[in-house]
Amino acid sequence: MSVGLPFYLSVSAILFAIGLVGVLLRRSPLTTLLSLEVMLNSVNLTLVAFSRQVGGSDGQVFALVVMGIAAAEVVVGLGLVVAMTRREMVLDTDELRSMSG
Amino acid sequence: MGIVVFFLAAFLAIVSALAVVSQRNPFVSALGLLGNLVSLATLMLLLDAQFVAAAQVIVYAGAIMVMFLFVIAYVGPRGEIGPGTRKPWQVVLAVVAGLLVVTQIVLVVWTTDFGKPSSIDDAFGGPGAVGQAFVTDYLLAFEGVSVILFMAAVAGVILGAGARPKRLTTDQVLAKEGEAEARRRAASRAAIEAAREAEPGEAR
Repeated sequence: MSVGLPFYLSVSAILFAIGLVGVLLRRSPLTTLLSLEVMLNSVNLTLVAFSRQVGGSDGQVFALVVMGIAAAEVVVGLGLVVAMTRREMVLDTDELRSMSG
Repeated sequence: MGIVVFFLAAFLAIVSALAVVSQRNPFVSALGLLGNLVSLATLMLLLDAQFVAAAQVIVYAGAIMVMFLFVIAYVGPRGEIGPGTRKPWQVVLAVVAGLLVVTQIVLVVWTTDFGKPSSIDDAFGGPGAVGQAFVTDYLLAFEGVSVILFMAAVAGVILGAGARPKRLTTDQVLAKEGEAEARRRAASRAAIEAAREAEPGEAR
């Protein structure tokens, strides 16, 4: 490690916040999914940084598991987007309110 | 050298993440995510995690991004929706939430003493060390991920197949044929009646 752990954790926090703002503000489900990926990746960086600090492989294993879950999540999310497109629905998360109370 | 690479990669990661969130065109957002992933892989290489960095590039930049770009191309211009009708207070609240997260984590991180990073051997971060951890301590998590990926594949096929016509039972098919037959008979009866009305003399 040429620079200390706090640098990596700070970068990770900034990326997480950027992704969070994207998820909160964007209405296109595609961009929401992309912002979610930014959040997941920032957490991966945290896990790998702590793994290097502790000196074990546990954090890296966890990061790989997160990658697998992210792949599954993207498959379902993009499948929903394709299904919405086929049904001629508007690709806008604000318009999807038929299940709201 | 490592410090220069770190700050360059960190800067690129943050700029590309901002591009992901701010661009209106989802295609540009996806390319921004690609840059973000590669910058993060560089940071992971600096952290001696070669295998995770390689998996990051192969799995994320290779497989997941191709899937994203494919769907974005399929959806076309319908996917282009900007921040649009967000109310100003919603934007302010979202940005404040993000800034709160950053300040909180940065404050905690910079006031904590993590100690010196532990020493590592050459095998650290390689496929051998990670793979061994996967098939010994984390076998359950490994199998769980495989089950979840399989479920996601099935769900993707079901969602992507779209709405097919409903399959009918034999009785329903016969009932539909009977209705159609009755409609045909009614139509021809009406036609014959109309012809009789038109030329009453000939019919009698």
